[in-house]
Amino acid sequence: MASKKFKSNTIMVPVPSTSIVPERDAGKLPVLETSHLGIEFGGLKAVDDVNLAVGPTEICGLIGPNGAGKTTVFNLLTKVYQPTHGTILLNGKDTAGMTTEQANRMGIARTFQNIRLFNNMTVEENVTIGLHNQIRYNMFSGIFRLPGYWMGEKKQHQKALDLLSIFDMTHLANAKAGSLPYGAQRRLEIVRALATHPSLLLLDEPAAGMNPHETEELMENIIKIRDQFQIAVLLIEHDMNLVMGICEGICVLNYGRVIAKGTPDEIQSNPAVIEAYLGKQKEAK
Amino acid sequence: MITFLTYLINGLNIGSVYAVIALGYTMVYGVAKMLNFAHGDVIMVGAFLAYCVCAYLGLHPIIAVLGAVIGCTILGILIERLAYKPLRQATSLAVLITAIGMSYFLQNMAQLIWGSDTKSFPSIIQGDAIVLFKTVQDGVTKTLTLSPINILTMASCFIIMIALTLFINKTKMGKAMRCVSEDKGAAELMGINVNLTISVTFAIGSALAAVAGILLCASNYAPLSPTTGSLPGIKAFTAAVFGGIGSIPGAMLGGILLGLIENLGKAYVSSELADAFVFGILIVVLLVKPTGLLGKKIHEKV
Repeated sequence: MASKKFKSNTIMVPVPSTSIVPERDAGKLPVLETSHLGIEFGGLKAVDDVNLAVGPTEICGLIGPNGAGKTTVFNLLTKVYQPTHGTILLNGKDTAGMTTEQANRMGIARTFQNIRLFNNMTVEENVTIGLHNQIRYNMFSGIFRLPGYWMGEKKQHQKALDLLSIFDMTHLANAKAGSLPYGAQRRLEIVRALATHPSLLLLDEPAAGMNPHETEELMENIIKIRDQFQIAVLLIEHDMNLVMGICEGICVLNYGRVIAKGTPDEIQSNPAVIEAYLGKQKEAK
Repeated sequence: MITFLTYLINGLNIGSVYAVIALGYTMVYGVAKMLNFAHGDVIMVGAFLAYCVCAYLGLHPIIAVLGAVIGCTILGILIERLAYKPLRQATSLAVLITAIGMSYFLQNMAQLIWGSDTKSFPSIIQGDAIVLFKTVQDGVTKTLTLSPINILTMASCFIIMIALTLFINKTKMGKAMRCVSEDKGAAELMGINVNLTISVTFAIGSALAAVAGILLCASNYAPLSPTTGSLPGIKAFTAAVFGGIGSIPGAMLGGILLGLIENLGKAYVSSELADAFVFGILIVVLLVKPTGLLGKKIHEKV
């Protein structure tokens, strides 16, 4: 079984907030720590009392049946919604009251469940947008093409190509993002998110719509990204092959609440998880 | 022939003013996804500011233009901050109504400050008209002339269009604008400051409106009064829709074509029907090609 080669025998250790991180990240400041995170939409608790901790180099999975509140958690983390309860610590800093843009600058980047690229821009432009806040030159050197502009532009171009090379996409740099095939668009979205230099990468169903071969490649690439950039990855996914294959810690949500946390093996044998996915076993007739 | 060319020049002249106004509409629509119906009245404020600097303070026209541009830029940012920003999450209808309210507010404020009578706008550029062509036909001398204000209008519109195209395509802020116009949420997640981007859009749009207002009044297309901006504003909006709202080259093309059609219609069909002609175009465009000449097609994946 191909997924076996990803399987790591990670030992998970508890961290103060009743969560767990891989042993190698123990003692380090978690990149993300939420405590009692929740949001209410007019009385409906979409997410309730979620305690999560993600180690600095952990690949963590967030799973659960449809409508469990997984994407809402992502929206809370990226400040698309402001939480009504609890706190989010990003690299130890409270993100309360921040805007999405500020959260991004703090080191959080994400992809979307339904691809949201800048379709009318080229692939390279999509990536350089993310590099924006790292390369500085002012408006005048931009309009009048002063040396500062060229230097910044050259650096940006090189960096964009470097990032695209992770997914072997450098030859597509000048194509319109909207004209790419579906799989390439999904990969470009990940590259674009990486360009903002995150310390935590959120992937919302990265394997959706991919064939088994592409999923296999994606798994390799997620591990490669983690190793190369030394960042944490938190992913939502329904493809259990991927989740069980690469995630070190898994958090299961149902009806907005965490029903289980642990390593892939623990999760697979957890009765509450099986019940959430398959329903309660009826008594035998 | 010369008569035709004269109409053509006049059409190009007013057309380029429409194009500059339409740029303001189209940029704001593209980035903030709203129709800023107060844009026409910013034109009027710009013209009044220039008039004040010229007539009351007696300063040089160039300073008047600068003063009007700076004044309108600040006004544009203020309008966005006070009237539209609180409605960022509201329905587009609420924003539209606010924009109309803002339009009336500006008109009435102008009436309060400057009175409702029309003012004669000082000429901002002196000099003799250039004679391009001269013929004597049946003993009548016909000349094709290009007045300094014509040259100034067309030249400044041309420069504005080039500068704006460069700005949108080559600068960081321009790129940010394109991102925000495509997907505000995704742009925020790329570390783009959406509020700042929208403010800059309004600032540029309003600065363009000030220039357009001065050119409009200086070419004597409209007398200066609190309602000066309404009709050109609506026509420029038509031009923006004609060219494809949200598209910058579309606004330029739409503006110039509209000016030509209006002037030739005035000359060869009926001067009373010229306005009806212009709005007739709006109806035809909306029926035949709702996205406008250069508008993007919206693909809906099924």
